[in-house]
Amino acid sequence: MSAAVIRRFGLCLMGAVLAMAFATAQSARAEVQITPVTSAKGVTAWLVQEHSIPFVALDIRFQGGANLDLPGKRGAVNLMAALLEEGAADLDARAFSQAREALAASIGFRAGDDTLSVSAQFLTENRDQAADLLHKALSAPRFDVDAVERVRAQVIAGIKADAQDPNTLAARAFGAAAFGDHPYGSSRDGTVDSVQALTRADLVVAHRNTVARDRVHVGVVGDITPEALGVLLDQILGDLPEIGAPLPPRAVYGLTGGITVVPYDTPQSVLVFGHQGLRRDDPDFFAAYLLNEVVGGGRFGARLMQEVRVKRGLTYGISTYLSPMDLADLYMGHVASQNAKVGQVVEVVRQEWAKAAAGITPEELETAKTFLTGAYPLRFDGNANIAAILVGLQMENLPVDYVATRNARIDALTLADVNRVAARLFRPDQLRFVIVGQPEGLDALK
Amino acid sequence: MRLTRICASLFALWLPLAALAGPITTFQLENGLDVVVIEDHRAPVAVQMVWYRVGAADEAPGESGVAHFLEHLMFKGTETRAPGAFSDLVEANGGNDNAFTSWDYTAYYQRVAADRLDLMMALEADRMRHLRLDPETVLTERDVILEERSQRTDSDPGALFSEQRRAAQWLNHPYAMPIIGWRHEISELNRETALAFYRKFYAPNNAILIVAGDVTPDAVRGMAETHYGSLAPSDDLPPRLRPQEPPQLAERVIRFEDPRVAQPYVLRTYLAAARNPGDQGDAAALSVLAALLGGNPSTSVLGQKLQFETQKAVYATAFYDGLAVDDTAFGVMIAPSEGVSLPEAEAALDQALAEFLREGVDADQFARLKTQVRAEQVYGQDDVQGLAYRYGQGLATGLSLADIEAWPNLLDAVSPDDVMAAAAAVLDKRRAVTGWLSAPNADLAVTQ
Repeated sequence: MSAAVIRRFGLCLMGAVLAMAFATAQSARAEVQITPVTSAKGVTAWLVQEHSIPFVALDIRFQGGANLDLPGKRGAVNLMAALLEEGAADLDARAFSQAREALAASIGFRAGDDTLSVSAQFLTENRDQAADLLHKALSAPRFDVDAVERVRAQVIAGIKADAQDPNTLAARAFGAAAFGDHPYGSSRDGTVDSVQALTRADLVVAHRNTVARDRVHVGVVGDITPEALGVLLDQILGDLPEIGAPLPPRAVYGLTGGITVVPYDTPQSVLVFGHQGLRRDDPDFFAAYLLNEVVGGGRFGARLMQEVRVKRGLTYGISTYLSPMDLADLYMGHVASQNAKVGQVVEVVRQEWAKAAAGITPEELETAKTFLTGAYPLRFDGNANIAAILVGLQMENLPVDYVATRNARIDALTLADVNRVAARLFRPDQLRFVIVGQPEGLDALK
Repeated sequence: MRLTRICASLFALWLPLAALAGPITTFQLENGLDVVVIEDHRAPVAVQMVWYRVGAADEAPGESGVAHFLEHLMFKGTETRAPGAFSDLVEANGGNDNAFTSWDYTAYYQRVAADRLDLMMALEADRMRHLRLDPETVLTERDVILEERSQRTDSDPGALFSEQRRAAQWLNHPYAMPIIGWRHEISELNRETALAFYRKFYAPNNAILIVAGDVTPDAVRGMAETHYGSLAPSDDLPPRLRPQEPPQLAERVIRFEDPRVAQPYVLRTYLAAARNPGDQGDAAALSVLAALLGGNPSTSVLGQKLQFETQKAVYATAFYDGLAVDDTAFGVMIAPSEGVSLPEAEAALDQALAEFLREGVDADQFARLKTQVRAEQVYGQDDVQGLAYRYGQGLATGLSLADIEAWPNLLDAVSPDDVMAAAAAVLDKRRAVTGWLSAPNADLAVTQ
């Protein structure tokens, strides 16, 4: 409830989910053994067996997510996802929670822009019962009227709170300007009005459109054999509809370089900045990933952290990240600074962007390689995290041997490769700043 | 506070436990450094944490924020290493590092491939006693911390509200101070203040070294003796005797208004016992009480009564963390539904608590909670860093290893009668601060 500790630096506040989705796709435990499993009904999963602790972590993702909101129904997938644990089949909301608690299982659902994700952990001793409960939630949600109204009120409270949060305001303003009417141009939570207008029928449609077998990816880590997992997959997912709704088209990026100010009464402005990025399957993506680590990684050694925080004391933290989404690709950054210092921050970021377009030094390349390859095993802390990584790899269409080859790909990058890509990645004339606050010192910069 | 229901609902298993993972070995070096080794050989990774038994509640009057300021400055160089060299070396070895400050402790950690542990110990031991600070670097870092305060506190009405409530909760004890410090005092912190604090408190006999991961106790002992063994203990460590609270004689009330508040709420914190060495029974009962009152909203007492039955709330919960040196707080909160005023919300909360005190514990809910307590012994083995954290927090707040190891069994042993006795003792408004957070001109009138 209260912040019991404060840390030396924070992680980037916005876009963290996308940034992390990629970060996890980049990592692997050296000796991880991935076994692809296909069930009798044709559901596939990647499994890492870990029999030393008697439980299983399961990560299921349905591609599409809130992008599948129908016109005029923004927020339907989000509200639907929040209701999956609020009653299913013969269980109302309370009975469902009681059943989950009695099994000491955890089951969570979350709507993202690109995915509907399910995270579950359950004990070996009652695995079948937990799988049965999860199956009920995914295949037979009740959407009871009282549950819909209760959760709707919570979602609306969250939307109102977001409207007062400078970080959210900045991210939303950038998204709206960049993507307009495409789903990426608005919050997946919807607006107060759009959520208010959603009916039970809208939720049923959102469920049918998103929860289908043609778009599901599964990662499993824990105390289960491939044979037992095959049975479990069919138990949970086997009777879902074959086909969901088609994905919307790719989003068209409509922003130019420049500065947008969103006036807000706060002592410290929030700056979100960026332009288009690279697709995840772009051959230059690894080079771009390394370049971002050098210039805007959250580490102290990164150029922006050095220039904006360490040397000048202008902020508590600055970082940038590649955001390859399913339907658009961004390269984004985030920083907050006293209103009076915003002009200086913009100036330094612009200078660094121009400098970065010219490339990095051989020393920076080597340092980044050591860091990225050395950090390779560190993200594998816990079954649930590894399950999420397994899903991420599949969603990126990466091969099952990716984990074994990933470091070699980083090591193979040459200075010439990276510096050729630098001119592609960093586009100083296209860099757009969206600033929420009462920033000063921008007149000369506009 | 942000009302994201996903956060609330994913938090199914939330009792603070110290589950027993792999083997745990403990020993002490001659200079007083306590060492805990937690083995987990599933991945070739190690975590080093050094916890100092000092935090914001150990600061001198007028120097609020110095513990946290020093935490930042610990990355600014030693007699033999330049500013920033610490993080550069960690990063060059593919690791990550960070640090954090609380009221009772300050801790530093690195996660690295297990074969880099020796270098991490060399670095961490070096800065335990050999910090060197350049005056200009110190002033720039102070600007960074003022930005941090702006970002974390001044930009967040909930954080400002919390700061004000704490100041009202503790009249005499330094838990009243914000960890980051009051802005006017941060602005006056300097190199000398930070170094004086450092020399007094940063020493092996005031520290706990925790190494978790793919390591063996013998190897850790060898490395620890090499790197930390030669460090001199501090000879002027003061006893941790903070000014204690006088009896609270009147209910305290805070009305905090800020135009940035979209969702008003009522939050009340009662003064409550912490987990004390050899005496954790009350804290165990309070932990179970918090889980019963405020765990999953679909089954908790406050969730059922306020979100499901009366529907006065969009969210209601209870919370308690007993890991503190001195008396801490037990909290309850209600975020009212649209159209429900804060006075109505507070009345509904009071009514729900009164009903609970009358009705007692639901046997089925209690049994399910105990099932989860036991299951956490399984799930907890998967989170070796969490385990390291629990040991660090426990030892740094004065518990013994035996206290930490006894905790899961103490939770399991809590009876319904224990919970009701704890509830009756703690839920007394005369020993609480009740805060209302709202936008200005919000409807505070009782509309019933």
